Parts: sequence; structure tokens; C-alpha cells
Amino acid sequence: MKKKVLCALLSATMVAGMMAGCGGSNETPSSAAPAASSQAPAASSAESQAAPAEAEGTVLNIACWNEEFKSRLEDHYPGYEKIDGTTGKIGDVTVKFNITPSDDNAYQNKLDTDLLNQASAAADDKIDLFLVEADYALKYVDTDYAMKLSDLGISDADLADQYTYTQDIVKDSSGALKGSSWQACSAGLIYNREIAKAVLGSDDPDAVQAAVADWAKYTETAAKVQAAGYKMCSVNDTYRVYSNNVSGKWVQDGKIVVDANMKKWVDDSKALVDSKAETTDDLWGDDWAKGKDGNVFCYFGPAWFFNFCLDADREGSVANAGGWGYCVGPQSFYWGGTWICAATGTDNASLVKDIILTMTTDKAVLKEIATKDADCVNSKSVLADLAGSADGNLALLGGQNPYKQLADGAEKVDLSNLSAYDQACNEEFQNAMGNYFKGNGDYDAALEQFYKAVIEKHPELSK
Amino acid sequence: MSSKKNGKVVSYNKWGYIFLAPFVIVYLVFQLIPLISTIWNSFFENYRSGLTQIGPRFIGLENYITLFKNGDLLTYAKNTMIMWVLGFVPQIIVSLVLGAWFSDTRLKLKCSSFFKTVIYLPNLIMASAFAMLFFTLFANTGPINSILVQTGILKEAYSFLDHTGSARFLVAFMNFLMWFGNTTILLMAGMMGIDPSLFEAAEVDGATSTQVFFKITLPLLRPILVYVLITSLIGGLQMFDVPQILTNGTGDPMRSTMTLIMYLNKHLYSKNYGMAGALSVILFIITAILSFIVFRISTRKD
Repeated sequence: MKKKVLCALLSATMVAGMMAGCGGSNETPSSAAPAASSQAPAASSAESQAAPAEAEGTVLNIACWNEEFKSRLEDHYPGYEKIDGTTGKIGDVTVKFNITPSDDNAYQNKLDTDLLNQASAAADDKIDLFLVEADYALKYVDTDYAMKLSDLGISDADLADQYTYTQDIVKDSSGALKGSSWQACSAGLIYNREIAKAVLGSDDPDAVQAAVADWAKYTETAAKVQAAGYKMCSVNDTYRVYSNNVSGKWVQDGKIVVDANMKKWVDDSKALVDSKAETTDDLWGDDWAKGKDGNVFCYFGPAWFFNFCLDADREGSVANAGGWGYCVGPQSFYWGGTWICAATGTDNASLVKDIILTMTTDKAVLKEIATKDADCVNSKSVLADLAGSADGNLALLGGQNPYKQLADGAEKVDLSNLSAYDQACNEEFQNAMGNYFKGNGDYDAALEQFYKAVIEKHPELSK
Repeated sequence: MSSKKNGKVVSYNKWGYIFLAPFVIVYLVFQLIPLISTIWNSFFENYRSGLTQIGPRFIGLENYITLFKNGDLLTYAKNTMIMWVLGFVPQIIVSLVLGAWFSDTRLKLKCSSFFKTVIYLPNLIMASAFAMLFFTLFANTGPINSILVQTGILKEAYSFLDHTGSARFLVAFMNFLMWFGNTTILLMAGMMGIDPSLFEAAEVDGATSTQVFFKITLPLLRPILVYVLITSLIGGLQMFDVPQILTNGTGDPMRSTMTLIMYLNKHLYSKNYGMAGALSVILFIITAILSFIVFRISTRKD
């Protein structure tokens, strides 16, 4: 009898343990379910966008991949109170940052799942704002998951001071604007002044610009740089300069098309790698980063690059000694930037509208962002201001004021050839061609690998 | 009285089932159902392009046909096997030697339990951390290259990860380092299970230790060796973490370090459950055949 009791007890603990294990995960949805049903009326009323402010939700969910936008809101949005690392408050509304790093596509995977569940999610769990990068902006913008800014009540006139290219990126196929950015990331060539003096005899931006004014001159300069014992840069540094200046989209009628300018990147780069003027280092890698201490002639990048990626705070770096200079380079291009999109189904439409307007069009805020965070902001008038004042002089560029060139560059960027497949194509093209540059395979084999890799990511395409 | 006893037996049986239940439930939920749904999925065109879901649409064996037609499957299977063999051969040799030393009573090795722990340690490090470590060590400007250049062995840095041979060698070497401790422990267990009187008899007959090893230890160790071989082969087929981290998922140079599971992982980018399912089923069949061989060998022994 005792044995029987013991058995019963033992097995009961075992089963109970199992149930507890299962129960733990079940609990959240079951407790969330009543909340969802009670919130449902609120959500449906918010869906009609014209709903008055009092009907709005109490939680604003922002999907993003790093701390950048959070710190911009904390620092510059009037009335924002910080509560803890990922939450804040604007008036009565709790602001929640859902931060998922973009490594290994994790951010997009999370955002995809959230947006696909948007319709059935509880009002407080719905994504209200999400951030996108240019390389994959169209994937979201060209769907109904992102709201038209006009539906939020933001007119073209509100955005007139922005650069056109920043709006082209977030227009859907019917031409409707669906996002807005506070940054204008026109980019250029950042050169090492010391090497420029040694090789070209001058570190003046105009003189250097003359030496790299087009790709033929750039190649000549590269040969001189190489002869002097330095490296020009990595092939991956020049990639975006070429890829921003293509004549057609990566994907046309379901077929992957390699543009003539991309082929030119491959040919130019192969020659430079073979003559040991350029390296094949991966961006952000250790080998690549060593150039910040002085053995490469140039990097290609926009304002955020020289402010955040040149290690100006680290003693011994070139930037720390103010040793970089900035010029436009062979061709205008842009790199990076963060766009704010409103998610369809948001229950905080008027707050979303206000955040977009304040953060991307309010000149006082933008000026503050430019001077405090050294962002190159998306406002023609603010940039013009900076170009003409000492506020825009940067110590790491040896006191040079780059805003004139940055503003000129932003006017010239042409983005008519974006496609929703850019991220996959750009990444895989660089990967595959890396093999060709390193001599692991010929061009055709590398091209084959590129097609293969893109089709794996997007099975509906063909070569 | 007897009927009462019978009742007791029946009720004990019931407890037996209850105790089995946790395993069966976990097996059903986490193994059998996913297995069946994988096979089911492999007959569908089912993926996501951006935010648009394509399918699921029944297409029969088309996924399998695509897989076999484009020839990648064989290439990646070959890569996997080459890297497995490169790692397994030194692994089994080193393990055999170490196992023989540790289990040899005549050697009286000091601190043997300390060394047993030490050789097992690499297995405790996460493969991804281990791969990151090697990635840094063997970078163009990493410590290994610095040493080789500064001592004058190489004129300029050799980029280990950009050459097929060295990249495959690194993957194999890491797998070897991670698993030889585990294999040593397994083989040692097998060696200690051999009747000591056989060794004593051999010693009395004047056999050298080499002769003892080849004439007594090895033949009696065969079942364990086969077990080690097959489990390692199955583990090798599923090689993923080390090459994935070491090559950043690209399988470069020219996909020569791309393993079957890395290929499977590529299909998950687009949530391509159809192709990934088909690939999984092929892997499942290969693994099932290998497991069946182990099963036959281990049951024949009894």
C-alpha cells in the first residue's frame, strides 16, 4: 500500500512537473486573450484613421534594430520621458522600443512576423512605428503594411525641405510616400591627409578631388598610392559608389540582371586587387578596420561614417589627430540612413504623425540633431546653414566643413533604380565576386554562385 | 487471493505506462509530428518573398527533382564528407592512442583523470565561440599570420579562409579538437571492458605492447569502433555550426566549405519550407540507413 502511494506521488510529481512546464508557456496567451477581446473595440475604432485623439491606444510600439532612434527621441522629442532602457512615456502613452539586432536578418524576420500578425494582435501589441533601411525599404513600403503618409495627414508641403532622394526610397510602386527620414546620407570619399600629401603633394579637398574626379583618374591615383606603399581601400568600399549609379534595376521582369556599371566595378576592382592597390577585406572586419590607424588612403562614407566609424575617440587613430579630409569622389552616392514608417493598423495615428513630423521636418529639432549628434540631417535649409557656419567644422577632418559637399551630393543622388531585392543582390554580389577577386574562381563561376545565392533567397527569380 | 495479486500486477502496469508517458508525449510533440510534417511539407511549393506568402501549392516531387537536377546537393555532400574525413581520421588515431595509454595499467600514468578532463574540455565550449576564436586567430592580420610573418616562415600573410584547402582544414581541425576527447572517453570505456586476463596472458607470453594493441585491443574493440564511426558519420553529416560561423554563412571560397545543413539553412531565409523539407527528407533517409547499420551490428553482437 505504501508503495502504491509512493508510486502515485512520484508519478503525480512527474506529470505535474510536465504540465507546469507546458503551462508556463500557455499562460501568456490565455491571460492575453481576454485583454485582446476587451481591447478589440478600441482597435477597430482606431482603424478608421480619422478617429479623434481620445480614442487612441495607450502603448506605442516601435520596432527598430539599435539604440539610435531611441536616443534621438529621448534627446530631441519634446515631452518624452525616459523610464528605462526600452520604454518611455509621451504624455499618457507608454512608448515601447522592440529592439532586434539586424544581424543575420533577425530584425526583418521579427518585423515580418509582427506585421503579418498585425491584424490579429491586441491593440497594445500592434506595431505602430517601424524603421527600415534603404536596402530593403521597398520590401515593406510596397505593401499595405506601411501607411501612406497622406493618410496620416502629412502633406507634401510638410516635407518640402527634405531631399528628394530620401523620399524616392520610400515611395511605393504607385508613387505614394510611405516613410520619412531625418538623415540625408549622401556620401563621398574620406581621405587620409598625410598620405594625400605624400602621394599627391597636397591635402586640399579640391586638389584631391581633382585626382579622383572619375574612375580613370581614381585608378591612376591608386597606382601612385600603391607605389608609395599604401593601400587605396577595399573593393567593398567602392561597391556602393558603383551600385548607386546603375542604369537599371537588379531585377527586371523576374530576371536577375547584372548592370554594366556592376560589371565595371568587377573589372576595375579585379585590376586594382591584382595590382595590390586595393584589398578584399570585408567591411567592418578587423583587417578592414586597421586602416583607421593609417595605412589606407581612403574610405567611402557619409556623415555618420566619419562621425561614428573612424574611432575619433581612440588615441592613435588618424581621426583622433584630425587627419582625414573629405571630398565628393568619383561619383555621387548615398549610404545608409534610417526611415520611419507608420504601420497600418496603428492605434496611435496622431502621435505617430507628430513623431514623424517633429523628428524629420522640425527645423529646430533637426538643427539640434545636426549639432549635437553630428548627423547629416534631411533638411536643405539646415544643411545650408551649417555649410556657412563654424558649427559645421569637424575636428576629425582637420577642421574642414564638409556640409557643402554633403548637401551638393544629396541633390545629385539618383535612386530611380531601387528594387525590393537590393539587399539580397548587393550582399550576394559582393560575396560571390570576392571569390573572383581572390582568385578562387573565374568571373563566370562567381557569377553563377551569385545567381544561385540570390535564387536561394528569392526562389521566384531566375537568371 | 490470486485474483487480488493479478489486480496488483495490472495496476503496476498502469504505472509503467504513466512513467513512460512523459517520454512518449515529448517524442510525439517534438520528434514524430515535426518529422511527418517535414515530409508533408516537402511536397509543396511554400515560401515567402518579402512579405508575400507564395503557396502552399502541392507540386509532388518537384522539390526533389530541382534538388537533384541542379547538382548542388552532390557538391555539398562531397564537401561535408571531405571535411568529416579530414577531421575523423586524426580523431580516431589520437583517441585510440590516448585511450590505450589511459587504460594501460602498466604505464601508471599520473594525473590521468586531470588529463581526461582537459582533453574533454574543448567539447564544452560552444562551437560558435570556438569558431569565432579561430576566425580571429587565422585572420589576415591575426596572431597566427603575425607569428608566421615575423619568424620569416611566410613572406606575407596567408589568408587561410580564402583557400579551399586551408579553409577545409581549419573546419576539420576544429571538429577534431572538439570531438577527440569525447571519442577517447568512449574508446577507453570499451578498452576497460576487455577482460584484463587477456592482457596478462599476452604479457606472460611475451607480447610487446604494439602486439597487444593490434592483436588484442583492436579486435575486441571493433563493436565500439563501429559505433563511434557511425555516430561520428551522422554527426558529420549534420556539420553546421563550425563552418557556418567560420565563413559567415557563405561557405566560401566558392562554396567549397558549404555543408548540407548550411545549404538547408540557406532555404530558411525565404522560409522555403518545401525545398528545406525535401532536403531534410533526403538527409533523414541517409541517416536512417546509417542508424540501421549500427542497429544491425550492435544486435548481432548479442
